[in-house]
Amino acid sequence: MTISTEVVEPVVDSRSARQVARDTRRHEAMARKRLTSKGATIAAIVIAFFWTIPTFGLFITSFRPGSDTQSSGWWTVFVDPAFTLDNYRQALTSGGTALTLGASFLNSLAITIPVVVFALAVASLIAYAFAWIDFKGRNFFFIFIFALQIVPLQMALVPLLSLFSRGLTINDVTIFPGLELRGIEHSFATVWIAHVIFAMPLAIFLLHNFIAEIPHEVIEAARVDGAGHGQIFFRLILPLAAPALASFAVLEFIWVWNDLLVATIFAPSSSLPLTQSLNSLSGTWGDQWFLQSAGTFISILVPLIVFFALQRFFVRGLLAGATKG
Amino acid sequence: MVTRAPVETRPTTLGFSLNSFFRWLGGLNPIVQIPIIVVVFGAVVGLILLLIEYAPRPGRGYFWLRLAACFLLPVLAFMLLRPYQNAVIYVLGIAVILGAVLFWADYRSRQGAGYLFQLILFAAPATILLLVGLIYPAISTLVQSFFDKTGDNFVGLDNYIWTFTNPEGFWSVINTLIWVLLAPTFATAIGLAYAVFIDRAKGERVLKILIFMPFAISFVGAGIIWKFIYDFRQGDQIGLLNGIVTAFGGQPVTWLAAQPLVNTLLLVVVFIWSQTGLAMVILSAAIKAVPPEQMEAAELDGANAWERFRNVTVPGIRSSLIVVVTTIAIGALKIYDIVAVMTGGRNDTTVLAFEMVNQQQRFQSYGHSAALAVVLFIFVLPLIIFNVRQIRKQREIR
Repeated sequence: MTISTEVVEPVVDSRSARQVARDTRRHEAMARKRLTSKGATIAAIVIAFFWTIPTFGLFITSFRPGSDTQSSGWWTVFVDPAFTLDNYRQALTSGGTALTLGASFLNSLAITIPVVVFALAVASLIAYAFAWIDFKGRNFFFIFIFALQIVPLQMALVPLLSLFSRGLTINDVTIFPGLELRGIEHSFATVWIAHVIFAMPLAIFLLHNFIAEIPHEVIEAARVDGAGHGQIFFRLILPLAAPALASFAVLEFIWVWNDLLVATIFAPSSSLPLTQSLNSLSGTWGDQWFLQSAGTFISILVPLIVFFALQRFFVRGLLAGATKG
Repeated sequence: MVTRAPVETRPTTLGFSLNSFFRWLGGLNPIVQIPIIVVVFGAVVGLILLLIEYAPRPGRGYFWLRLAACFLLPVLAFMLLRPYQNAVIYVLGIAVILGAVLFWADYRSRQGAGYLFQLILFAAPATILLLVGLIYPAISTLVQSFFDKTGDNFVGLDNYIWTFTNPEGFWSVINTLIWVLLAPTFATAIGLAYAVFIDRAKGERVLKILIFMPFAISFVGAGIIWKFIYDFRQGDQIGLLNGIVTAFGGQPVTWLAAQPLVNTLLLVVVFIWSQTGLAMVILSAAIKAVPPEQMEAAELDGANAWERFRNVTVPGIRSSLIVVVTTIAIGALKIYDIVAVMTGGRNDTTVLAFEMVNQQQRFQSYGHSAALAVVLFIFVLPLIIFNVRQIRKQREIR
């Protein structure tokens, strides 16, 4: 009896598995039909349409010959099509003030990539301490750091700038001598430091939420095996928190890449990022829409690539801890 | 000498310093700098982790390791900060005292040797950054706001009075209020509606990406994109909005100069356009986390779509909603780029965060700019207090 069922079972199972799969699919389709109305989908498409129009218009413009863009709207392209790649070539080689767009593109990379790495490492170190080391006033300090988001960036700019350039002297005693990097070509140090500082409160908050959610048993088991905090952090926390780290990396990358203010204040003129070049383009080139539009699309490219590459972590990672009620 | 003003004696570096490293690095090609700095940084973090790992072990060797690290780390920190000529004695003195205190405190720590040492290593990098970059500047700005343009004479509340009576200051306050009220409301509402609409719809991924895309575009890029929409000229229009107006036989409008408040509202539209994607992505994830059984139960009870949304979805995603609204509200309070790119604050479109930089960069008026920053700080305050209370509640449940 038992032998025969053992022989038959796989066949029955595989068929029912297929049936189950088909049934589930049918149920899902029915549920989908019941729960989504046509009206909702149409409304969504309308919103998506309006949201895409502005970018689409500029996208078309970036491929139109310069003389055309000055005289007619981009929508006329549907009746009278004319395209060129020349705008992109010109945009990369001509610049706003001192830098070409191509050079400032490299600067943007050199600013953004290290900042993301620094911010993640520094924030996850202290986030681990908040989550897994018991110390006096832990809750207080954690909430205090979260509350530091209160300090608007603008409030910190001037003092931080003078700290970098002139140092700090109290009653003629030099506490910190200053970095004296203003004159150095291609020096990003001050921008890196400033960006990492401004990212800290939110990064610590989000990463802590995720790291604190890691099951207690995992950490305990490692500890029993004789691992110290250093090993636990490196071997357990970093891999387990990878989705959260990746999703914060995406956000931080987009923010730093798109930043204008911090770089304008802290970077020497040879180290200015793409956003600054684009901004000065719109000032000096006035009506040269064909160059501005091409430049804009060059600047959009990298954050979009990063987002698409890492988007599967995006939702899962950050929100697991951050939005848990 | 530590006590001498840096202007008099040209400081000489004591061999290697953080500064000389950054100077050397700055001379390289930007792309070459990336791997070098990341590797150096990785080595530092690795060293920290190594020390953390070995700190709490019992035994003579580890005791000496801790002791050495307690003295060497402060010395290193001082050396890196480019000490002055003749200052070796001071540096060593300070380092030895610091190291001794650190070691002693750790030795006496109730949780065992190595405990405090580990904790400090974990927390030091972030704490130093926060102290240097946020706490010290915030206090410094607060003090500055009571001094005049040059920062030498105490003027009391004059800068604040200026903020509320001068047209630039006044409009920056009014506009900031408009921004912080409208932007989060609309961005969250549209993002939420969209997330509900596309939930389980066909082509969800594509629809999501279309709305998220503007979030990945910088405010500078967004400004250029929308300047193009709002463009005004004589004759043939190339801006979409005026193209539509003239197509219906209307007169073209100079949108970004349209007062009162019309131009500010048009700037807010750009911000909403850009931030809706963030709201949508977060809320969409939250909606998917609402248990489907609750939905089905509500459906069996005969609740219609709106009732299901109000009574099941919204309570289920409440904490996500709070996160989204505060994040966007704080973003709206600190908005700088859109105003800078699109109008440069002209025609009464200025906001606090922009005017603050404007006062400082263009007019070198540090007192005014500090006062504006403090007003901005006061605006953010209630949002943070509300959030802190939410976190408190959550931590009590845990």
